[in-house]
Amino acid sequence: MNAVGVIAINVFRESVRDKVLYNLVLFAILLIAASLLIGELTAGQDVKIIKDLGLTATSIFGLFIAVFIGIGLVSKEVDRRSIYALLAKPITRSQLVLGKYAGLALTLAVNVAVMAVAQYVVLAYMRWGIPPDVERAWDAPAIDPALLVAIALILVELLLVTAIAIFFSTFSTPLLSAALTFALFIVGNFSADLRNFQNVVGSPAVGRIARALYFVLPNLAQFDVKASVVHGQRVAPGYVGVAVAYAAVYIALLLTISTSVFARRDFK
Amino acid sequence: MHPALASIVALVLFAGAAGLQAVRERWYPPALEEETAMYLRSADAVRRIAGPYAPLAADLYWIRAIQYYGGLKHRLNPEWNRDGRPAPVAGPAAADDRYALLYPMLDITTTLDRRFNIAYRFGAIFLAEPYPSGAGRPDLAVQLLQKGLSDRPDKWEYMEDIAFVHYWYDHDYLAASQWFEKAAAVPRAPWWLRSMAATTRARGGDRAASRLMWEAIRQTTEIPWLRQDAEQKLLQLRALDEIDALQRVVDQVKARTGAAPADWESLVRARALRGIPVDPRGTPYELTPDGRVGLSSSSRLYPLLVEPPSQPTGSDPTPTLVRPR
Repeated sequence: MNAVGVIAINVFRESVRDKVLYNLVLFAILLIAASLLIGELTAGQDVKIIKDLGLTATSIFGLFIAVFIGIGLVSKEVDRRSIYALLAKPITRSQLVLGKYAGLALTLAVNVAVMAVAQYVVLAYMRWGIPPDVERAWDAPAIDPALLVAIALILVELLLVTAIAIFFSTFSTPLLSAALTFALFIVGNFSADLRNFQNVVGSPAVGRIARALYFVLPNLAQFDVKASVVHGQRVAPGYVGVAVAYAAVYIALLLTISTSVFARRDFK
Repeated sequence: MHPALASIVALVLFAGAAGLQAVRERWYPPALEEETAMYLRSADAVRRIAGPYAPLAADLYWIRAIQYYGGLKHRLNPEWNRDGRPAPVAGPAAADDRYALLYPMLDITTTLDRRFNIAYRFGAIFLAEPYPSGAGRPDLAVQLLQKGLSDRPDKWEYMEDIAFVHYWYDHDYLAASQWFEKAAAVPRAPWWLRSMAATTRARGGDRAASRLMWEAIRQTTEIPWLRQDAEQKLLQLRALDEIDALQRVVDQVKARTGAAPADWESLVRARALRGIPVDPRGTPYELTPDGRVGLSSSSRLYPLLVEPPSQPTGSDPTPTLVRPR
């Protein structure tokens, strides 16, 4: 196995040792409790609410893992001085950054996959006993394969957020990196406002700057198809393909800059 | 400290904290009901704040709207839940609290998730129901459903609901008929909408037309609560028919003897009835000293629905009877 793979596996093992996957237990408890209580709290559309809750929890839990582990991947090695031992081995700094990224990506993928399974199990439980004619009248069936599209795009978004967190952590403190990553996450989800900013400001120059930022900053809103999927609206494969390609390009860009910055960093 | 001792100390402290909480609540009881407040009234502002989590925020607002409606309905009709007797709250406090937050909550819910089907359909009923069972605002109910239609112009169910609101709460049968026609014109809409349009136009307010409408809702709705409500309304319509039939019997006896019958037993003895009449839920009907037939306030069908203004033209049903005890 090459160096990147070895580092990635170690990052994954470390995250398991650090009990990161415990969040899955919390997720399961949240979904099970919600599925049991939802009938008491609302009237109808329980399955829709469980889907919303599951997708949102997947996104939020994943976001916290991506940010708080992502910012520490590199800085922790520096703080613990273990970076010297690592770099003394036959690995390059680029391989270290890429390996760290791949390890966290693997952690997130496992996390999201288990959450998806848990969500389908809860939905199957909620569907139990529902007459077929009632289910046919819903916007989308309870066990809907299209849900995987929303989950996959959440994972893609988390991979992009991880790249952002690693990017900041290569040259900034953990606290500042977390703040900047969260800020970019928020801005990235409101990028449509930047696109339309020229319609609400008088100055054409400000409008043009906002438009430029719309293209420069990561557009995370495009990965949000939760509402469409929950309501049974078809998400075009072409749309998914372009969104995934965009994420791949942006991640490659961020990792390129990250490895470049990290390669020039002086650890003395 | 030894782990066992630490556990015991922790348990004791935990129990102490819970005990102090209980003591504080006993000595200084908290207010019975906290004032319901909406800090954010702008649906667009909430949508912007919620960002990518707008669908879940919509669910939370929907749950809040349900709780608000249910809580206020319970508070305004406290006796309904004890012995089946309505006791609407009167006075300035009640007048100020006519489900004022219901529409804003539903508006925010449906702005956060513009395809939140049930929020439109249930919300319209909550808004249209006469006060104190609802906000008594059919206009807002129609506004909410039209908001849903602006996003899903092919949703014939919303058109059917608008027609229903016009029929049942506004008693505007022409508007109801027009909305039924609009709904019928939607591709894949059920055939009976066209008959509903014709029936509503020809016999608006007629009990048979009402029965037809509730029967259509009962048979077609995918929402269990709506189906149960439609079943209840159908039983209430049957009770209304039975009350009319019993009233005719009582009036005939009164005309013949010159006095209102004292009770059902006297009518049974006079062979005017075969037994004590009971409503479709099994509770005996009431007979007042002046000879008026009505539903018992302890009946599970109480209070009876308020019919749209019209002359009853229903068939002559035979009331359900039980043998005299």
